[in-house]
Amino acid sequence: MELADIAIKFGLIIIIFLISLVVAMYSTYAERKIAAFFQDRVGPNRAGPFGILQPLADGAKMFMKEEIIPTNATPFLFIVGPSLAILTACIGSAVIPWGQNLVVGGRTIPLQVTDINVGILYIFGVVSLGVYGVMIGGWASNNKYSLLGAIRAASQNISYEISMGLSIIALLMVTGTLSLGEIAQQQHGWHWNVLYQPVGFLLFMICAFAETNRTPFDLPECETELVGGYHTEYSSMKLGFYLFAEYINMFISSAVMATLYWGGYNYPGMDWVTAHTGPAIGPLIGTAVFFAKIFLFIFFFMWVRWTIPRFRYDQLMDLGWKILIPLAIANIVVTGIVITFFS
Amino acid sequence: MESLSNKKKQLVIKPPNFWERAYLPAIVHGLSITMSHFFKKPVTIQYPDEKREFSENYRGLHSLKRDENGAERCTACGLCALSCPAEAITMIAAERQKGEEHLYREEKYAAVYEINMLRCIFCGLCEEACPKEAIYLDGDIVQSDYLRKDFIYGKDKLVEPPLNQ
Repeated sequence: MELADIAIKFGLIIIIFLISLVVAMYSTYAERKIAAFFQDRVGPNRAGPFGILQPLADGAKMFMKEEIIPTNATPFLFIVGPSLAILTACIGSAVIPWGQNLVVGGRTIPLQVTDINVGILYIFGVVSLGVYGVMIGGWASNNKYSLLGAIRAASQNISYEISMGLSIIALLMVTGTLSLGEIAQQQHGWHWNVLYQPVGFLLFMICAFAETNRTPFDLPECETELVGGYHTEYSSMKLGFYLFAEYINMFISSAVMATLYWGGYNYPGMDWVTAHTGPAIGPLIGTAVFFAKIFLFIFFFMWVRWTIPRFRYDQLMDLGWKILIPLAIANIVVTGIVITFFS
Repeated sequence: MESLSNKKKQLVIKPPNFWERAYLPAIVHGLSITMSHFFKKPVTIQYPDEKREFSENYRGLHSLKRDENGAERCTACGLCALSCPAEAITMIAAERQKGEEHLYREEKYAAVYEINMLRCIFCGLCEEACPKEAIYLDGDIVQSDYLRKDFIYGKDKLVEPPLNQ
């Protein structure tokens, strides 16, 4: 590998990091604004024009707050919890293909940090690591409500990871590869996987809501029952990290959904556009389309949050085990039959 | 029993059919309802910047009135304090001296006139009791403050500004 390649990779990593952090930051603003619009309110509008500086004000507030570590908490684990949460949230973006290869000055620049051939498994691994941040934080707080929240998070993630994995298996039978880069390439133009796997997409999306602890599956943070949830004892930026990790997770899972099912950076007529704008601009348009899809998904996450109330715990388990898993298995069987007899 | 109004309806709880149990149509319906609110005009009144219009008989902050020559109407008769159910009004009367005719309308006036805004219930009985048309609750909302003592409004806050200003 040449030095220039390493520099380009490094630059790409930093750009992706910055983008995911900024998107997460402005997701907090967007969430509050969108919530306000859904409830016929105005939303934050004091910090800067239209409240556009609100995330900065929130961040400054979080940093200024007193850092409290409860006497009976385990100090080391108490700090590891939020660190792990934000770390696992950030590293998920490594395998996502952000666009086609850029060609600038005879040099090909892949817009993907690394195209490992088990990209989906990597995503799954990272996502299931994410729950450890919540669990460790809840455990280290030495507070029964935090512990209950953490246990809820853990059991919910375990339950929904199964149906998530099963819904992916049907997709893998169609695509025949685990690499996210290849999956994105296969959906060239309008051959988006959601057309072949609508049920699989629905299952995957429901599970993604559960994995990111978003409404209607936000039982780990339930003010009425658990005071605050797994982060009851947290203050200052450690709390900020937990909340921030949720938004990064939402961004990453939107990106994964867009890549796996909604064609990633592909859009109808992309060949024509690339031919007319050149190999340096065309892929960037694809990236813009990809981000538009991601933002649509983030909007959908928020739309659902301000529409549907939280599940009761037994309803959550019923949905996960009795409905989603059988449905996912049926989806695999039907996909298998169709592949065997019709192609 | 025979229904008197013929409006009685028997409620029958039907078991949900397949589509109702599938939840998804209901969720889509809910999403469409929230989306319809997305484009509605916000009902917020951004209070210090905008103010809701008060009705004509709104009872707000008290003001002690002046007559057409700019002299204070209040004669410290104490009827407002007597009528006040919350006992929010206190006053100390004083006699008008020579040369103060342009300040006070009658021979007696209120040297100190205090209303405790934490006690006041804005019932308007002082307004009705006043024989001199000296007090009206025609002002704004009482401002918030940090200390209890700052809610005892004296004449400096209650008396109308002089006419020539």
